[in-house]
Amino acid sequence: MDGTPAPIPGRGNALHRFANPGRFMRFSGAVLPWLALAGLSLSVIGLGWGLVLAPRDWQQGDTVRIMFIHVPAAWMAMGGYVGLAIASFVGLVWRHPLADISARGIAPIGAVFTAICLITGSLWGKPMWGTWWVWDARLTSVLVLFFLYLGHIALSNAFDDIERAARPAAILALIGAVNVPIIKFSVDWWNTLHQPASVTRIGAPGIHVDILQPLLVTAMGFLFVFAALALLRTRAGILERRARALMAARAAEPAAAAATVTA
Amino acid sequence: MTRKRRRLWIVMLCALGLGTATALTLTAFEDNLVFFHSPSDLAAKQIPPGRNIRIGGLVETGSVDRATTGDGQLQIGFRVSDGAASLRVTYTGILPDLFREGQGVVAEGALTPEGTFRARQVLARHDETYMPPEVADALKRSGHWQPGEPPPPARDWNTLRPNAATPAGAGTARMTN
Repeated sequence: MDGTPAPIPGRGNALHRFANPGRFMRFSGAVLPWLALAGLSLSVIGLGWGLVLAPRDWQQGDTVRIMFIHVPAAWMAMGGYVGLAIASFVGLVWRHPLADISARGIAPIGAVFTAICLITGSLWGKPMWGTWWVWDARLTSVLVLFFLYLGHIALSNAFDDIERAARPAAILALIGAVNVPIIKFSVDWWNTLHQPASVTRIGAPGIHVDILQPLLVTAMGFLFVFAALALLRTRAGILERRARALMAARAAEPAAAAATVTA
Repeated sequence: MTRKRRRLWIVMLCALGLGTATALTLTAFEDNLVFFHSPSDLAAKQIPPGRNIRIGGLVETGSVDRATTGDGQLQIGFRVSDGAASLRVTYTGILPDLFREGQGVVAEGALTPEGTFRARQVLARHDETYMPPEVADALKRSGHWQPGEPPPPARDWNTLRPNAATPAGAGTARMTN
């Protein structure tokens, strides 16, 4: 009925229970509106707080406000890739169709957040550093992340049969996962023009609370928006798959299909 | 061993192999991955004059001198230091807004035969500290932050409890007064 194999009855562990596409559709349908609402409202509150109300920075002045878009987008770009890698891993090892569909769903969202991160970073770099772009380890590794997302999107659409694309795309996603720690630690391992981490560091964050609070609110908002979009695209992927399965069944039995149409 | 378990082991082994290969590659190419050399690196490495490199460090306090050339261009000289070693840099042109004493810079150019550095481009490098100007002023007024020095550690001025007395006595609550 779903066009996807149902989990083996009796082996109902947590993974299989929530990976059942039918159950996933019901659960995600109930959660989606709340997630979207929370994501949009937190993003609006956080961005309004950050872009208008938060104090200026002692050395960067008002230019620091680009941070409220740049940093959450960068977190989502990397977090999204971790999600893509996990989905690909589950799809590759347990061959679960829902994992393949969600990987296809996540990749374009991650690519958009990575593009936002790169563009805002460039706009921030020009007035502060004096350059739009440099090939330092942080900037280059984020550009590689963007290309990995694009490669994953291209590869998942390169096959006539979408389901056959899942495995090569999953392998690409997992190979690309080595880039995530490189992005994170590039600023610590090598000299870069980009400054080291401010928020996730040992001891107190290097961002004053008055600037940090709107940043974290916006980041929560972006996270929920990302999750809502990922759920939405995964739902669309499941429906697409069902439609394809129905069409394939109809093509296989033209007489039966004709009977259904006239009925 | 079930097929799922076998696939799990294959993927894990591939990940381990790939991770090791990446780590080895990155270690081998470490010299090419650094964006700039510090003055101490430069002293240790004996890079010949004329080769295009980038150097980075903090602009030494009190080392900046400005002059105007015959054709009206601004000529700037300063020392870039990493604490252990320092290097004199000359540059003609417009500096980024963030350029100031005590601030991080990355200069692209080449060493001259005299042992100074002739920069073609100067980029500002800021640190990972963000705070309102009032907090920065208060820290400087109270003597916890010497002008031209990097900002004091964040735990001295950043707290999630606005009314708590911070070790530096420069908590958020006092900033507003």
